[in-house]
Amino acid sequence: MPTPRDARVVTVVPGGPLLVEGPVELRLDDGTVVCSDRFVVAVCACRRSKRYPLCDTSHRKRR
Amino acid sequence: MTTVDPAVDQAVLPTPRGPLSAAVIDALRAAPQADLPSRVSADPYGEDLQLALHVCYELHYQGFAGVSDEWEWDPELLRFRAALERVFLDALRADVPGGADIGDVLDELLVEPVDGVGVSHHLKDEGEWWQMREYLALRSIYHLKEADPHAWVIPRLRGRAKAALVAVEFDEFGGGHGDRMHSTLFANLLVGAGLDDGYLHYLEHAPAAMLATVNLMSLCGLHRSLRGGLVGHFAAAEITTAPSAARIAKALERMDAHPDCVEFFTEHIEADAVHEQVMRRDVIGDLLAREPELTESVVFGVQATELLEQRLGEHLLRAWKEGQTALRLPL
Ligand code: FES
Repeated sequence: MPTPRDARVVTVVPGGPLLVEGPVELRLDDGTVVCSDRFVVAVCACRRSKRYPLCDTSHRKRR
Repeated sequence: MTTVDPAVDQAVLPTPRGPLSAAVIDALRAAPQADLPSRVSADPYGEDLQLALHVCYELHYQGFAGVSDEWEWDPELLRFRAALERVFLDALRADVPGGADIGDVLDELLVEPVDGVGVSHHLKDEGEWWQMREYLALRSIYHLKEADPHAWVIPRLRGRAKAALVAVEFDEFGGGHGDRMHSTLFANLLVGAGLDDGYLHYLEHAPAAMLATVNLMSLCGLHRSLRGGLVGHFAAAEITTAPSAARIAKALERMDAHPDCVEFFTEHIEADAVHEQVMRRDVIGDLLAREPELTESVVFGVQATELLEQRLGEHLLRAWKEGQTALRLPL
């Protein structure tokens, strides 16, 4: 039996990123791998980030 | 590139800018227990008061070369500092709109104006290299002690708010790696821009508008009664940094700056996109769930930060528009 682990917490920010407990390795479809060892990693879910797949706050509302 | 630990060297006492700063600086040259002015009346945002306050606060950080460490808890100095603080705090309280809806106040910060004005927009669109260097020299007053004032709030928090704030601080302090500390990245940036990376090296250059932004952090950090304000300040700073860091990174790239200069800001884009979420949800959320009576204090921290940043921005742009240095001494 594998040791039971706490489930990894992912917080979904409405209109914003997914907050994933780090460290993470993000694998993109084109083969790019992006690593982040931050305690929480904000993964862009809006697709607007200029630093995709990481959130750069481009999801914010504009006026 | 050599990385100098900014904490190794100690700053020298600055030149006074009026009677209040002269009193404290003269006193610090002597042994503790000198006499300081009993009354303080001065422009709350002026050069004299802000420098006097900055010098008093620095005793709690790295101190000054040749100044006894005993001054930190000297009762006469603390009395004088309290009088300075009262003038500053009263002015801030009078000048911010206040309110009790933290959600609204933070949402306001989260909306990015399409047609933004301000220092980072100016630097990105039309700023010149000499202006950028002035900006970096000024910001060194804070960034060489980046995240230090916020550490004081840790023992004043509990539970999730505390754990989350410590996690953000851990990130600011390089996640356990001295060479990744944001203050170290900033020191590298200064060297990359051909500037001096000495701790408080640019204190003489920095006008009151810059000192006030750091004094607000020290003020809120050192007073338990202002713990809500410190948390509000920290959240406001993290929320507004990511977009402005992106603009400054762009400006630096356009100016062909050293990669160390760009790196400081690109690190802040990603870090602060995370920090703003953690500050808002985990730190403010949990703090106010425990101590709802701190709401107005958190709102104060957010608004006072905005007010002082705006004053600093206006000061810089006013000077630059006239082709003049925004510093007290040219670089
Ligand atoms: S979710 Fe933040 S930039 Fe896309």
